[in-house]
Parts: sequence; C-alpha cells; structure tokens
Amino acid sequence: MSKTGFPAAARRELGDAQMRHNVGKATSTIRARRAARVAEVPDWEALRDAGAAIKARAMATLPEQLERLEASVTRAGGQVHWAGDAAECNAIVSGIVRAHGAREVIKVKSLATDEIGLNDALAADGVEAIETDLAELINQLGHDTSSHILVPAIHRNRAEIKQLFERTIARGQDLGWEAQSLAEAARRHLREKFLSVPVATSGANFAVAETGTIGVVESEGNGRMCLTLPRVLVTVMGIEKVLPEWRDLEVFLQLLPRSATGERMNPYTSLWTGVHAGDGPQDFHLVLLDNGRTDVLGDEVGRQALHCIRCSACLNSCPVYSRVGGHAYESVYPGPIGAILTPQLRGLENAPTLPWASSLCGACYEVCPVKINIPSVLLHLRGRVTREYKSRRSPEALAMEAVGRVFGSQRRYEQAQKLARLGRGPIVTAALPGWTEMRGLPEVPEQTFRDWWRSRTPPPARRDGSTP
Amino acid sequence: MRVALFITCFNDTLFPETGRAVVTLLERLGCEVDFPEAQTCCGQMHVNTGYQERGLTLARRFQRVFADAEVVVSPSASCVAYLRENGAGLDGRLAELTEFLVDRLEVEDVGATFPHRVALHPTCHSVRLMGIGDRPQRLLERVRGIDLVTLDDAAVCCGFGGTFAVKNADTSMAMLSDKLRDVLNSGADVCTAADNSCLLHIGGALRRQRAGVRVVHLAEILAAT
Repeated sequence: MSKTGFPAAARRELGDAQMRHNVGKATSTIRARRAARVAEVPDWEALRDAGAAIKARAMATLPEQLERLEASVTRAGGQVHWAGDAAECNAIVSGIVRAHGAREVIKVKSLATDEIGLNDALAADGVEAIETDLAELINQLGHDTSSHILVPAIHRNRAEIKQLFERTIARGQDLGWEAQSLAEAARRHLREKFLSVPVATSGANFAVAETGTIGVVESEGNGRMCLTLPRVLVTVMGIEKVLPEWRDLEVFLQLLPRSATGERMNPYTSLWTGVHAGDGPQDFHLVLLDNGRTDVLGDEVGRQALHCIRCSACLNSCPVYSRVGGHAYESVYPGPIGAILTPQLRGLENAPTLPWASSLCGACYEVCPVKINIPSVLLHLRGRVTREYKSRRSPEALAMEAVGRVFGSQRRYEQAQKLARLGRGPIVTAALPGWTEMRGLPEVPEQTFRDWWRSRTPPPARRDGSTP
Repeated sequence: MRVALFITCFNDTLFPETGRAVVTLLERLGCEVDFPEAQTCCGQMHVNTGYQERGLTLARRFQRVFADAEVVVSPSASCVAYLRENGAGLDGRLAELTEFLVDRLEVEDVGATFPHRVALHPTCHSVRLMGIGDRPQRLLERVRGIDLVTLDDAAVCCGFGGTFAVKNADTSMAMLSDKLRDVLNSGADVCTAADNSCLLHIGGALRRQRAGVRVVHLAEILAAT
C-alpha cells in the first residue's frame, strides 16, 4: 500500500469498526495487566532511572561497545558482519543462506528484519522465510502487515484467525472456537519446520559487549526452537541494542516483561554466547545493522528514541494508537515510539506527518520503562520539520506568523479580538480550519474578559497603568 | 494577598465568564486581584504546532509582563505546564488556580454551592505535565449540593491537543466520541475541568449532539454561591 501520511491513513483505518474494537479491547487488557504488575515493584522508578542511565551510557560509548561486542562474539566462535543499510544487510543474510544451500529459513519474530524487508529480499532469491511467532504467522498467512510491536496481529480477533487458519494451514478442517485448538493448528504446522529447516534468523533484545552474549525474550517457545535446533543461526540486530555489561541485564529483564506483556517474567529467555560444539547452532552470524541509526545519534534531543527496548507500553497506553491501530503509522514501528523513531530513521522528509500523530497527552512518557520523553521529542521533531522542510509561505506558516505578530503587542491583540467577534481576522484564521466540520463552536462573546475588567464599577485597585 | 491574573488569550477572547469567576472567587477569598493588560498569549499553540521560535518569544514576553508580580494565577493548567516546561514559570511564582487555592491559600472549602451532578475531566496537562494531583477533586468535594461522579477512563485524553484537533481531526473525533460516551454514561449534567481547551472540544461535540450536558470551567463552580 502506498504511503499517504498519518492523517489520511488514520482516517482510513478508523473506518474499520472491527479493527477499532479489536485493538481497543486488546490494548485496554494489556494496559490493566501492566499497571498491576508494575505496581508490585517498590523500586520501579529507580529501575526506570537505571534503565535510562544504562542506555544513555551505551549510546554515548557506542563505537567502543560495538567493537567490544565484535571481539567477544568472535572470541566465542561467532562471525560478526556490519551492515550500513537495509540492502547491505539483506545481501549479507542472503549470502549466508545461499552458502548453506537452504531454500527455507525459520524466523524468530524480529522488528529489525521487518524494518529491512528481509522476507521479500529472501523471496527474491528463491528462499522462503517462515515466520514462527504465532501473530507473525497469522500476518504472513493473511498477507497482512504487523500493527503492533509486540502483538503484530493485535488488529485481528479470534473469529478472523479461525477463518484464516481453516483456509490455509488446516486445509479446510473445522478448528472450533477454542484459542487452544487454533494455537494447536499453528503448532502442528510449525513443528515440522523446526525439525527440518537448517537455517534460522532472529533479532536480538540485547547483546552484551562484555561477554558477547545475545538475548531474546519471548512468550511462545518458538524462539527457543529456532535458536537451538537449526545448524545455522543468523541474528540481525540494530546497533542500539548493545549493553555494555552482563550485569545490565538485571535491570532490563525486570523492566521489559512487566512493561510489555504485564508479566513478572517472560516465559522464555534465551541467552547464547558464540558456538558450542555439539550444542545448538554450529555456525552463528551476528549482523550489526545501522540503517539510519547513526544519523539519529547525531540529534541531541531525538537520540533518546534509540533507548527503546520495544516493550510497546507506549502503544498500549496511547489514546491515538489504541483507536487508529498500527497500520495508520505506515511503519514497522507504530505508536508513539514509531512517531519519533520512523521519521528519524527514514529521514524527516519521508515521514513528515508522524511527529503530529499525537495529542501530547503524555501517557507514553509516563509508562516508558527507560523514560524516553516522547512528547518532548515529538515537539522537537515538529520544530525540525517546520524549519527544515515546510514552506514559510504555506497557509499554516503565514497564519502562525500573523497570529504570532498579533500576540506580540497588546494593541494588535485587542484589535484582533474585535475582529474575531465578527468571525474574521488572524485569530480565527489560525484556529478554525477543520474544527467546525465535527464540533460546534461557541459564539465569540460580545465582551472579552478585558472589556469586562475595564468596565467594572467601582474600578478595583489597579496599578498605575504602566505596561512593559 | 495581591495576585496577578494570567487569564490566557483563549479565556480572554472566548470564555470571559471563566475570568470573571476567577476574579469573584479570589476576591471572595480575600485576594486583591490585578490584571496586567499587556498580557496576550503564552505561545503554547506556536510551540506545539512546530513554530518554536515564535512561541518562545511569546513565553519571554509573558515573563516580562509578569516580571514584577508577587504571585501569578492562571485558570489554565495547560498554559502553566507549558510555561514551566520552557523556563517561564517565574521561579515558582506562577500557579495554576487549584494549586494556588490548595497550596498557597490553604483552602479546600471555598464557600461554593453548586447543586448539580458533575463529572470532572482531569485533563492530560493537569495530571501528567503539571502534576495537579487531586486538588480539583478535593476542591469540588467541598462544594455544597454537588453530586460528584467519576468518569470511566477519566485520565484518558479527550483528543483536543491544540492544533491536533484540526490536523488530525478524524483521530481527534474518535478519541472524543469515547470521552463523550463516558461523560454520558456517568449521568452528569455538567462536565468540568481545570482547562477550557478540553472543554471547548468536549462541549463543542455535546452541543452539536444536543446531548443535554453542559461544560463549565472549575473556577465557575468554585465561584458559584
């Protein structure tokens, strides 16, 4: 689907009443679960501070940490590759798959590989990428795209999934309405693949520079299968996922599951360090992906977007996301974090409406486990888009300029108030377009407050009329 | 106590009754109210829309206009939060109305009577940016005759967001329709808030729907006798 920008995409998505219901219900369930699990932790605020501090340190010393990581992964028997952009990364992964003569790869859910369009790139090479996360599988079978960082098929309900599975992997068999039997159908389909496909790809939640250990946290166990059964494992990770020290994991393994799924601990935490003879994949590749991240680091305010640990708490808490769903953001990174990450990764000119896809209500900042101040980054990016890419002669810019001049002087302001009463002038032009289509507007009152103040009898004690 | 009123351009032009209520209330509580007439706009709309430079120029102008005031009180949590965030909080001398009442004057019972069923919309900027806490709630609870009801999902945004409401009008309306549902479900005949911006939005739709629920700024309830 071609990209239309957020307002139009949101308008389209809001037309889907079923999606609105599905996403609204799912986000409110996860939101409540998260709140309960976070409330149990007495030092939650201190954990958030620690998470933010570790990430800030990792980003401030990124080149050093990545070189440490490369050295420790190599020492443990893995191979490290560096990819500047999506095309380079896809070529590296394709090359590894080709070298092993594989026609299929099994995939652990990974945003980095979605970001670079790995599945399509492999398909162009005649290799089928098989998603093994249940929700990713649902999207793949339905030729659909992800709409949530953690729950990619959150826009689908059980009835839709039942019909999809019966049409595809269950080959016409009636699966019934139980969630368990639907999951069982996926399990049967995937089990065969886990046991036969020789190459797996994954992303990474964390990579520890000190030890060369990579970590993936998940709920279903499909990740564990992919990370242990195949002969070859290729992990694609954004360079911002590196953590300096092993002990840093302690903080994130507490922050992530409670923020993400509202669980005290996620069901599966897989950690691996290089290659071990006779145990797990015998050929391990780590591809370090930049794809715009270095540019993001160059923006002093915007760079905190790179601290994100992909928990999705900001999506679930966002009143915009929970109504428009993920597809409105036209990116693998939807929601508030997507609104600040996508424009920075792609270039502001390529996603110029996303920084405005927020009412600045602050719910995202309140829940972020690493305290990314999303509203302030949104404002910063709005300023950058306006300064760097918008015409100074656009109707909006001219209206803002005019009303700004009006507010710059008491005399001009009072004149404009008189005009506003007649439904005209710079205040009306700046504030009104699009409003009255759906909402009523009060009549501009006959008397402004300041008119009333001046008309008070007896006049109250006032200063001697001096104005700065 | 001598108090300078920062009414905000929005209230000055569109909601003078809120300003009159603030003056009535503060004078009733023994304050001497001053209204520096050079005041205009704090620049929040400009900053939130992407025109930082112009907005911050207006924030600095605000600082100059109120430079000599002992205490500045404003009936807009949103403008106060924005000014503080941008270093124009007058070194702690700028207070939102309910903060001023509860923290500075140390009153919760302001002597008001308002015999209606009222739902409080807490507003995002009050709760999350400014940290207003339960001050509006505490003030309302002491109003005589009031029947205070709670909104479901009270802390969720109504969808106003300044120019968000026009730049993303469809999304804004989707958020608003959920807020309206909660307001109507509450059985309130009045919806109140510490900010008229949200109330312009909520009230605009209630009026369009002929819903029979009106919006009233918190100051007007507290001023009522």
